[in-house]
Amino acid sequence: MNTIIVRTTLKIIVPLYMLFSVYLLFRGHNLPGGGFIGGLIAAIPIVFHVMVYGAEKTKEIFNLNIFLLIGVGLLTAAGSGLVSMFMGDVFLTSIWADFELPIFGKPGTPILFDIGVYLLVIGIVLRIAFAMSEE
Amino acid sequence: MLLTIIAGYILAPFAPFLSRISKKMSGWILAAIPTVIFIYFCSYYSRISAGEVITFEYAWVPAIQLSMNFYLDGLSLLFAMLISGFGALIFIYSGSYLKNHQLLERFYIYLLLFMASMLGVVLSANIISMFLFWELTSFSSYLLIGFNHESEGSRKAARQALLVTIGGGLALLIGFVLVGVVAGGYDIPYLLSNATFLKEHKLYALIVVLVLTGALTKSAQFPFYFWLPNAMAAPTPVSAYLHSATMVKAGIYLIARFTPVLGATTLWQYIIIISGGLTMLIGAYKAIYQQDTKKILAFTTISALGIIVMTLGIGTELAVKAAVAFLVAHAFYKGALFLVAGNVDKQAKSRDVNILSGLFKPMPWTGTAAVLSCISMAAVVPMVGFIAKEMVLEATLSASFYPVLLTGGVVASGIAFVIVGLILGYKLFFAAVENPAHVPVKDVNFSMIIAPMLLGVCSLVFGLFSTQILSSLLYQASIAILPGGAPFELGLWHGLNTALLLSLVTVVSGVALYYFRSRLDKGTALISLLHKVSPEELYFLLVRALQFIAVRITSWLQSGYLRRYVTVIFVAFIFLGLLASFKDDFFSLVIQQWAHSLDQVGVIEVAILLTMLIAVGVLFFAQSRLTAIIGLGVVGYGVGLIFIFFGAPDVAITQLLVETLTVILFVLVLHKLPEFRRFERLRLEKAFLILPVLFGGLMTFILLLVTNNQFTSTLKEYFVENSYTLGKGKNIVNVILVDFRALDTLGEISVLSIAAIGIFSLLNLKLKNKETDR
Repeated sequence: MNTIIVRTTLKIIVPLYMLFSVYLLFRGHNLPGGGFIGGLIAAIPIVFHVMVYGAEKTKEIFNLNIFLLIGVGLLTAAGSGLVSMFMGDVFLTSIWADFELPIFGKPGTPILFDIGVYLLVIGIVLRIAFAMSEE
Repeated sequence: MLLTIIAGYILAPFAPFLSRISKKMSGWILAAIPTVIFIYFCSYYSRISAGEVITFEYAWVPAIQLSMNFYLDGLSLLFAMLISGFGALIFIYSGSYLKNHQLLERFYIYLLLFMASMLGVVLSANIISMFLFWELTSFSSYLLIGFNHESEGSRKAARQALLVTIGGGLALLIGFVLVGVVAGGYDIPYLLSNATFLKEHKLYALIVVLVLTGALTKSAQFPFYFWLPNAMAAPTPVSAYLHSATMVKAGIYLIARFTPVLGATTLWQYIIIISGGLTMLIGAYKAIYQQDTKKILAFTTISALGIIVMTLGIGTELAVKAAVAFLVAHAFYKGALFLVAGNVDKQAKSRDVNILSGLFKPMPWTGTAAVLSCISMAAVVPMVGFIAKEMVLEATLSASFYPVLLTGGVVASGIAFVIVGLILGYKLFFAAVENPAHVPVKDVNFSMIIAPMLLGVCSLVFGLFSTQILSSLLYQASIAILPGGAPFELGLWHGLNTALLLSLVTVVSGVALYYFRSRLDKGTALISLLHKVSPEELYFLLVRALQFIAVRITSWLQSGYLRRYVTVIFVAFIFLGLLASFKDDFFSLVIQQWAHSLDQVGVIEVAILLTMLIAVGVLFFAQSRLTAIIGLGVVGYGVGLIFIFFGAPDVAITQLLVETLTVILFVLVLHKLPEFRRFERLRLEKAFLILPVLFGGLMTFILLLVTNNQFTSTLKEYFVENSYTLGKGKNIVNVILVDFRALDTLGEISVLSIAAIGIFSLLNLKLKNKETDR
């Protein structure tokens, strides 16, 4: 699979997909998108990379600790729920900031939750992909 | 109050760090926690002794009026002080006893967990939370018994204790739920005031049997006593803390706490008296024939618990007071004796009473503690053990049924206690040295001495000053069990009565039998005979049967063929589905709905359907795996297209992406899969076709049935209205996932992570196996 066409395509695809996945992540609240979709799209180029170069090289290049990714994702998602507990509300009550960021919109706990889901989905897909390709 | 109880849980993860502050004094540092808790409880002493009863309420889920309540009266304060006070001493002792053990830090964690759970049991005002803490004590006890996990004996003993106490816990839960349902509430203060009608309810007998099973398993009463001697595999501090002073008394606490609610009926009394009485005799008899000091102490503990349980069963005012007093006395002398056994084990390197002797000279402090505690155990003046035993005798003499029998039993076990006391207190320390190899050079260090000495001295002090120190608290405790009693009359001298006479007889006989104990050896034959029909044999039989059944079922189900698993799942689903949907009027509804839907079918839907059907055909006739994968992929894309045309963009995108990834992953593994073999017999393949056809047909049937029945739900309008205002998003699906129903999503992603870990471990295991094979 390691042909020059594929390699060049890959070089373009990876950053493009990553950017697109982040875009979809933040877009999710008002238009189709969201954490799950973003995560899946972010995982695709990396899986493609595994297909082309193999698992070992991919791990080196991207330098990820998959379990850390999954753990951080889960922690962020659960942690976003804990924020509301410190303010006296029940777990997972959404808290919104007062200001607005230029591109991203109003920051708040739901987007934090979505980011957690995003990281987690990437981690899971990559875990499966790596495990299967190493076998 | 809440903080005090869960302090153990919160601080447990920090225990390793705390213990590293000073390796030498780690026990002392950690003992600060229970000491603080003990002081906290002491602060309530005066109020409780004056008769006050305090409830602490903490709102938990206000929406369903669920709150975490705690109930402090004489009984619970007594236990709480015992738990925290002993805890402090045990921490100090363990720090030194397990000094060089590499898992000491873990030990501290387990101890803290146990202490917190035990406090929770005795202080809970709600029977369901009491049950929660109850099971947590079983669990932490399991961890502590199996502490030397590399020894198979420890592991087996831990598992046995766990299975027995958790089995009892299950019965307890059912009993508690029944109580709550019948009485209409789960709060102890409520139950205490609404008791009478519970006792006359038709489910009363069942409730009593269930609740008592829970109590009797935990307190190692007949027929559930066999786990306690085996639990001696635990390190000695654990035996001293859990299996003499606190955990095994949890069952007694339960019986005591529920006596006003469920007790004082014939059924209750019979069960408890018979169980306690038998335990008392069996424990006492077996104790004499043991050679291991810890086993001797274990059996005498079982016997003592039997005495307490039996006296609670007798239920008179005198009996209840006797039970409470004996509980305290026993905790002190038994705890001390276990620690003494630990010291002797450490220094003389043996626990065999046949070998050990003459230990007083090298170990004077341990010896003093032993002597004090043994005198208390033998119930001799002026120890608190004597006072307690006197009260027990007075109670059995005035019991309403079979007083002679009960008193005889108490005297008999008392004789055994005297014998044991002489063995442990006299023979071990003062008899002539027989095995110089097992005579230590010196006594243990301060940390290991202070606990047994303190406990031994308390036995003496409590005995001498019983009225001043103990009466008020014990009185409050006994009123909690049996309201309306007169204040305690603790004292060394109650006058020359039958009880005193019987005590004298007990001591004299005990001493005499001790000197003739070599002749007693014939009794061991009886023990081995009875052992064949003992409850422990039944336990082993049950466990073996359970394992056998489990192995059989698992090897049939988990055959290794994916096809088998899928078949089982599908068959089960089809069976249940048919059961549920095979009703006459459903057919007409389904056909009606089908006709209705056919009207709405358009060109696009037909086109997608045709594509998918062709793909399925390709899949079915595929000769290579790649073709099959492509067929599957097309079906998946077809589904995605349907989602798009039905207006669900998020779902569609997710479906398309997942389908893409699945195809990619399949291709990744493609060349590693075994040959694509078809069924050898075409007939079998066609037979297997029935399953998917049935499954698909059933799903269609159910779907049509359900869509026919438009159920009204306000959810749709709610989400449409509030998605932007409350959720601040226009994508309703996403807002639901991330905001309104975030808890569900959290659950889903947790499951996903567990699945990922599972996949990783499974595949990694295979890899490692392959590498080691080479």
